[in-house]
Amino acid sequence: MSKINSKIPEGAIAEKWVNYKAHQNLVNPANKRKLDIIIVGTGLAGASAAASLGELGFNVKIFCYQDSPRRAHSIAAQGGINAAKNYPNDGDSVYRLFYDTIKGGDYRAREANVHRLAEVSNDIIDQCVAQGVPFAREYGGLLDNRSFGGAQVSRTFYARGQTGQQLLLGAYGALNRQIAAGTVKMYNRTEMVDIVKVDGKARGILARNLVDGKLERHFGHSVVLATGGYGNVFFLSTNAMGSNCSAALQAYRKGAYFSNPSYVQIHPTCIPVHGEFQSKLTLMSESLRNDGRIWVPKKKEDAEKIREGKLRPENLPEEDRDYYLERRYPAFGNLVPRDVASRAAKERCDAGHGVGSGLAVYLDFKSAIDRLGKNVIESRYGNLFQMYEKIVDDDPYQTPMMIYPAIHYTMGGLWVDYELQSSIPGLFVIGEANFSDHGANRLGASALMQGLADGYFVLPYTIQNYLSDEIHVERMTTELPEFEKAEREITQKIDKLMNIKGKRSVDSIHKELGKIMWDKVGMARTKESLTEAVDQINELKKEFWENLRIPGEKNNMNAELEKALRLSDFLELGELMARDAKIREESCGGHFRKEYQTKEGEALRNDKDFSYVSAWEFNGENTEPILLKEALNYEYIEVKQRNYK
Amino acid sequence: MNLTLKIWRQKNPKAKGKFETYQVTNISKDSSFLEMLDVLNEQLINNEIEPVTFDHDCREGICGACSLYINGRAHGPDDDITTCQLHMRKFNDSETIVIEPWRSRGFPVIKDLMVDRNAFDKIHQAGGFVSVSTGGVPDANSIPIPKENADEAMDAAACIGCGACVATCKNGSAMLFVAAKVSQLALLPQGKVEASRRAKNMITKMDELGFGSCTNTGACEVECPKGISIAHIARLNREFLCANLQD
Repeated sequence: MSKINSKIPEGAIAEKWVNYKAHQNLVNPANKRKLDIIIVGTGLAGASAAASLGELGFNVKIFCYQDSPRRAHSIAAQGGINAAKNYPNDGDSVYRLFYDTIKGGDYRAREANVHRLAEVSNDIIDQCVAQGVPFAREYGGLLDNRSFGGAQVSRTFYARGQTGQQLLLGAYGALNRQIAAGTVKMYNRTEMVDIVKVDGKARGILARNLVDGKLERHFGHSVVLATGGYGNVFFLSTNAMGSNCSAALQAYRKGAYFSNPSYVQIHPTCIPVHGEFQSKLTLMSESLRNDGRIWVPKKKEDAEKIREGKLRPENLPEEDRDYYLERRYPAFGNLVPRDVASRAAKERCDAGHGVGSGLAVYLDFKSAIDRLGKNVIESRYGNLFQMYEKIVDDDPYQTPMMIYPAIHYTMGGLWVDYELQSSIPGLFVIGEANFSDHGANRLGASALMQGLADGYFVLPYTIQNYLSDEIHVERMTTELPEFEKAEREITQKIDKLMNIKGKRSVDSIHKELGKIMWDKVGMARTKESLTEAVDQINELKKEFWENLRIPGEKNNMNAELEKALRLSDFLELGELMARDAKIREESCGGHFRKEYQTKEGEALRNDKDFSYVSAWEFNGENTEPILLKEALNYEYIEVKQRNYK
Repeated sequence: MNLTLKIWRQKNPKAKGKFETYQVTNISKDSSFLEMLDVLNEQLINNEIEPVTFDHDCREGICGACSLYINGRAHGPDDDITTCQLHMRKFNDSETIVIEPWRSRGFPVIKDLMVDRNAFDKIHQAGGFVSVSTGGVPDANSIPIPKENADEAMDAAACIGCGACVATCKNGSAMLFVAAKVSQLALLPQGKVEASRRAKNMITKMDELGFGSCTNTGACEVECPKGISIAHIARLNREFLCANLQD
């Protein structure tokens, strides 16, 4: 029998979740109190799950590395959250949201999971409004919607350019209510460093208190990872500085399969890179593509003049501008999905039409300002325009914004079944940390939807199906040899790192890894570049373990040690990403192999050989991992080449 | 740019701290303030000196982690931004920059420029939410809310919990932080139901945690990176008064 069992319920697509809930096992209230659940991460997925499970009566312990759960990087999501409410009466439905998400993901996501996501999307909006999330409203007092890429309907709910912040603060409020009620215990500035298995099941974690460096042992009948994505493997990304892949990698080393690590989303509208010292990239919300038009100079000579500062973009006549997205994709225009928009920008810049440093294109609001007035644009995007001006020192109301693609989101993640359970029994994975819903490309405003769907409306059901069999398991002592062993191993690793006493800082090595990843495992990959990447990463790993320098002590707040532990895992994951990209001899969504493209330069999928989810099984240090495959079957959607023309 | 930095160094909460002086050279005016500190830290690591510890995460002005007192101003010499959004073009070449942690009784120093703002979470836990559980809520469009109220609620909800208001207040008061949440929820029908109770519980917790009282100096509003108005404090006071009248 295959090692992969996705446990998709029987029945028609629209009935699977309904049937699942009707027949799953539940835990009675008296037993809930006896069961401990550990949740790692306090973003949308983690906070909403902790609140919901606490409300049900479970004992929850939740962990974050930040000083407060409210700082989790969900807070930075700008544009919005999708739902199939069809309030604008423009033809939306659960099926259409399901269809758009599968298509947007380039037919590499699991049908049953995506349909469930679309089904619960409306409940999320209701829940958030009840919590007091101040969504944008129209004068009649009802909720406003806007459009995002990859959809022909307006289904995105938003709170100015701070939707992630408002949704997270809603979940944070719900979490705080449970902390006050005593059902949830919060551990901030505490980072998970290992996962502990007892008799094959996930039974706890080892965590490091970042303030005093002490290692803590925590038991749980079940463990939930809500630890986000791994975009920081590229060093420069739109992720927060602390976002990391370590929890997922520890789970992988303990037997959780890692799926589709090569699927990375490159967001088309970020502020371009401006120098060597840069520490992160700032996103300009995709919502700007509702009113902004993307262009580059038609003639290379004009692009050159603009780069040299001899010509101002606002003075270039209309007929000399190439609105390349509108030209290539008339049906979706500036609202094509992110992967398509990113590749098109790279194509124009590589062809010599880029502006700024040469790696930038314009996002122009002039026609929207002429049509709607400056006030309307300001009310829609004011905070984004201000953010841009503070960073670039240029006024986007006058001069078009410069943008370029940047690493933003990772569709890959730990493999989970329909119940969001990984291949380690008792270990659940939710939000960006799992692989399940976005295939090879995520649509805008769907990350918030998935995080909250998993936390509020999916996990609180599915985890009970598992825990109903655990009600007889007594709380275990953390003196068990399994906990001892985990603590011994992590102590050895920390001591080893502290004692290298080499010459290089963590960041200098991380930047080098980022450059390898961007050049060779980035927007355009080839068999050769991926082979080189694996070799170079292995060299860099050696450098890391021989020449790293961490000042300070292990038993004190030590940011360099925290970063070193995270980088040691990024180095492993970087290699796995290159490996995954190499075996996938096709182009799909965010994964673009130069060898596999159509005559027009579009991604060329190979459904015959690659319509599967890759699931990598760890096979020991310094040994090649084993590739397992979950076949993707599309029963309710006809698989086609994506066409946004 | 070449700069002289006077930075507060303190090994742990109990240790006595002091200012240390460092020089940094060749800083780009387009780099952010925290990127300038990254350059300093790289330099310190190369010289086998422990780098300066400071809180930071999103580096785009929304997570609220960064928290420096720069040349006597919370978040430095620019308006409506956080430290991570402050750029070096706001300084002059050869300038001396003094960098301190938030200084307030409510926020003890953990190390160097990093402080403990756990008190904000505790105040929030005392009532900064609408008491609804997951599921069983009405349709999102069942209660129309005037756009003006929704917009004003959003103005208040923009608070990032950074603590600049407390750090800059001579009384060390957290009133603007509390007001932002109380006002946001009082403006919405969903939150109005328990508005007075919320105001009372959050203020009681604030007092209990050692934050000072508000004397309407307005300093908090000036330094708030999100421009949150002290008009929200007036709404908080109203709700607080209602709660006391009900008692």
